[in-house]
Amino acid sequence: MNQNPMNQNPTPRRLTPDEAKRQRKRSIAIAAVLFTLVTIFYVLTIAKLGPQVLNRPL
Amino acid sequence: MTSVSNSLSAAAEPQVLSPVGGEVSDFFALLKPRVMILVIFTALVGMVVSNVHIQPVVGSISLLMIAVGAGASGCLNMWWDADIDAVMTRTAKRPIPDGRIRPDEALAFGIVLSVGSVLVLGLASNWVAAGLLAFTIVFYAVVYSMWLKRATPQNIVIGGAAGALPPIIGQAVVSGTVGIESLVLFLIIFIWTPPHFWALALIKSGEYAKAGIPMMPNVAGPDSTRRQIIYYSLVLFPVGLAPVALGFGGWLYAATSFVGGLGMIAFSVHVFRNRAGEAERKAAMGMFGFSILYLFLLFSALLAEHSLGLFHPVLG
Repeated sequence: MNQNPMNQNPTPRRLTPDEAKRQRKRSIAIAAVLFTLVTIFYVLTIAKLGPQVLNRPL
Repeated sequence: MTSVSNSLSAAAEPQVLSPVGGEVSDFFALLKPRVMILVIFTALVGMVVSNVHIQPVVGSISLLMIAVGAGASGCLNMWWDADIDAVMTRTAKRPIPDGRIRPDEALAFGIVLSVGSVLVLGLASNWVAAGLLAFTIVFYAVVYSMWLKRATPQNIVIGGAAGALPPIIGQAVVSGTVGIESLVLFLIIFIWTPPHFWALALIKSGEYAKAGIPMMPNVAGPDSTRRQIIYYSLVLFPVGLAPVALGFGGWLYAATSFVGGLGMIAFSVHVFRNRAGEAERKAAMGMFGFSILYLFLLFSALLAEHSLGLFHPVLG
């Protein structure tokens, strides 16, 4: 006997075309935000290191 | 969100709840984009009047985080006020009362952006600025939205401090401290807020009454509010000229502040004299519109003087 409530409705409602479109746009927006965040951290690190980072004993 | 009547709570219930949630544009609307622009602008002026060099990339990212933090506090405000937003025509079409975004989505969005913006600002600039941004978010979302707004007619007077803080955060970003320049800019926005907001409240008093918000015109009456608008405009005149006396406002700023300050007083008197019908509405909307222009011109003058080399000191 399966007690998992997720299995009680094995065929969830299909998204309408409008909902699918909205979900896709949200996914793209989240990807863009994550990419921006990565870029911010990368650029910030380079900016904080500054040109002096190259002028060091190796 | 629970202190207003049951009818208001019922009005806030979203009509349509899709499993997918809101549009991207709805989430953006939660951030109050117009307020964000004003915050970026005033924080930028707080940065430039400090006359401290900042790495442009660090400065830009810091400004972005201040804007995101301000947007996050706006989002939390909309989450908390969804019940009263639903009963006022000006705010009924906001994403939560309109049923386009679920309250829990908005709350999560606001919290994530609040924490994220403070952390990134701290890493990008310094923790004084980040602490001030955190204080601003908490002050707006908790002190103003959850407490003052529904408790006292002084709500926007005290709550106005949240809107006045961005120049202080801007100066903290570049200098790591809070100086007299940004404190004066804080004071200008702080004194400017009541006449600006009460002009709108005068013509929207019916809506505020319907929502149970104790705005000044609803509690003290329209005539008392009009008198107070004049008092604040009179105080704003010398406060607006303080940057000149303190040496960081030049001739351009002095002229702008002098003329603008007189304009604020003239509009406030106009509001006081026109108390009925269409003339009342026009006078109040004129005051509201001019107050936005006044603040924009004052800060633009400072920005031009300190970033375009137009600064010519009035004193000395």
